[in-house]
Order: sequence, then structure tokens, then C-alpha cells
Amino acid sequence: MSTATASPAATPETIESFTVTLMIRRFIPEIDTEPRWQDFDVELYATDRVLDALHKIKWEQDGSLSFRRSCAHGVCGSDAMRINGRNRLACKTLIKDLDITKPVYVEAIKGLPLEKDLIVDMEPFFESYREVQPFLIAGSKPKDGKERIQSVAERERFDDTTKCILCAACTSSCPVFWTDGQYFGPAAIVNAHRFIFDSRDDAGGVRLDILNDKEGVWRCRTTFNCSEACPRGIQVTQAIAEVKQAIMRGKA
Amino acid sequence: MSTTIEAPRSPYSRPPRTRGGVSWEKWGWIYMRASGVVLIVLIFGHLFVNLMIGDGVDALDFAFVGGKLSNPFWQVWDVLMLWLALIHGGNGMRTIVNDYTTRPMTARILKAAILAAVVVLIVLGTLVVFTFDPCPAGSPADLLPSFCPAS
Repeated sequence: MSTATASPAATPETIESFTVTLMIRRFIPEIDTEPRWQDFDVELYATDRVLDALHKIKWEQDGSLSFRRSCAHGVCGSDAMRINGRNRLACKTLIKDLDITKPVYVEAIKGLPLEKDLIVDMEPFFESYREVQPFLIAGSKPKDGKERIQSVAERERFDDTTKCILCAACTSSCPVFWTDGQYFGPAAIVNAHRFIFDSRDDAGGVRLDILNDKEGVWRCRTTFNCSEACPRGIQVTQAIAEVKQAIMRGKA
Repeated sequence: MSTTIEAPRSPYSRPPRTRGGVSWEKWGWIYMRASGVVLIVLIFGHLFVNLMIGDGVDALDFAFVGGKLSNPFWQVWDVLMLWLALIHGGNGMRTIVNDYTTRPMTARILKAAILAAVVVLIVLGTLVVFTFDPCPAGSPADLLPSFCPAS
């Protein structure tokens, strides 16, 4: 009986790695009065993400580097940051998609108060979010006391805006929001849109009235920065335009 | 100077929003769209009549303008263009001030200046369109253009 002879062990294929320079905008409130750029060299594979690079820096080079991340797989929306001048999720930005012949610039999202390194105060963002009442407000009991039935077309109407993960990439990419932070911002409007166009919800008029404010939808200049920044691919500017149309056609 | 950080969980405050009443921002937004469409017709019509028809740009002189401004059709056309364009432009400047000035006092001064410019230009322009007389009675003949009966 012949036994399969093991072929001479092939030398394991080495995966090419690159030295990537990251320029990170640091700000440690106990030390710095102004944010400063600091560069780090990290050895990375093409399949690594910017978040892996930040981990390597924090775990192997400088433990004081601070950033937010939770799930690390593009669902929780904790690690929105400005990478090479564009708002992205660090956990969804692959090194192979960046030009690593130049340093990769990483900084906190703009327009919100900087707390430390890549961490900003999200409270103004969530304040706006809370103001649009992002929860189901139903004025009637469901039929048979069971469920509120919705057709496929009715669900499709607001499908796009259900994808929001509240990462603030859109709101902090909006030049109107950068000025004074008073504008509701795209994320709040997207989440209002999700309930305004929900057939089961009865408080659409209330939300339209809230967004008819001086700092509401009318401050949108349709620059499309939000649609471009959204890591979930939500057509944010279109959602804002639909809310504008609803306000014009409705009573508000 | 060290940066002070507010104590954790200190409530974030933003000025309360006032609701109700007329939504000026909404009407401003609608005005920009509506006047924009009308202005496209008015301005391109104006350019076409002044620059393309007949002798084209060579026909433009004092007599041409005087003739146009004595015609009620062109008076209405020009006044519409004047009002719509100045308010459109003024409102556009106002939104730019809203978007780019961070200090409330600066914003107020700039908006007052824009309003003053718009009002002065609208008043002067309307006055000129409706009271313009190329041959004012009793003027010395040597100051009048050649087409006036008195010269």
C-alpha cells in the first residue's frame, strides 16, 4: 500500500507588508494648548485598516493615543474620523485604498468640540438628534391589538434612512454645521426622515414643524458633502430635499 | 494657558428654539427658487434684446436706453428685474453671512449693510425707471441729446 508522500514543505508565501507613515493630529488637553501633528511609522499589510494602524500605534508605540472604537466592523459608528481630509470610518478604510507613498493624515471630525486626540464631544450632535424625536409616535392602537401592518412599498419609502448608524460623519462634513454648530445637521434630518415617511408614525407634522426652524432644513445648501461622507451610502442630501418638499406641501 | 475642560456630564446647553409664526427661512428658500426661474427669462431676454437683435451692441447708446425706458413694457420688465435680482442677491448675501460669520455682532452689521445697499439701489432704480426723461423741459439746448425736439 502506498502512502501519499508529503511533498517537500513549500516555503510559506510571505505576504508583503509596507511601512506606512501616519500623521495624527494630537491634542492632549493637559499638555497642549493647540492641536499638533505627530507622525508614526507603522508596518502594515494591504488588507489592514486605518483602525489597525491606530491600534498598532496605541499598543506598541504610544499608549497615550486616544480614539473611540467599539465594534470595529463598520456597524457601531464610533470611529468616524477625518482621514486624508475625508470623513470616513477608520474600521472601513483599507490601507490598500490609500496612497501610502505619502503620509496618511488622520484627525478628529470637525465642527464638534475637541476633547482629546481623535475624540470629540458628541453631545451637540446627539442634542440635535434628540430634538427631532427619533422614535415611533403612534396615535392609534394597532388592529386586533397585534401589529402595525406595513406594505413593502411603504417600508421601501424610508428604507434608505433606516441605515444610519449615527457616526456623525455627515454632520461633521457639513460646512454649514462647521460655522456655529447650531444647524440641526444632516444626521438629525435623516433620522427625522426615517419617521416622517413611516406609515405607522403619526407625528410627522410635529417633526416637520421642528425642522421648519431657522436652523432647520432651510440651512442646507445642497453641497452633497454629507452624501459623500456617509459610510452607509445613504443619499443624505436627497433625504433632506424630501423633507423640504414635505414641509412645503404640508401645513408647516 | 491651559485648556479647561468642563466637568463630565455637565449639561450641554443650546439656546431654545422658538417655534411658530411665519417661517421666514422657508419663504426665503421658496423665493430664491421662484425668483431664480423668472430671472433667467428676464435677464436672458434683456441681453437678447439689447445685444443680439438689430444692430446688436452697436445700437446701445443714450437714445436706445431713453427709448426703452419710455416704453411701459420695458419699464415693467426692468423694474421686475431690478427688484427680483436685488432681493435675490441680497438674500443670497445674507445666507453667506449666516454661514460664515461666527460673531453675532459682525453678522448683524454685515446684514444691516446688505439691507441698506439693497434698499438704496431699489429705491434709486425704481425712481430712475419711472421718472427718466431724456429731454427734460427747460434744459439748455446744448446739453440735450440730438433726438430731442428742443435741440
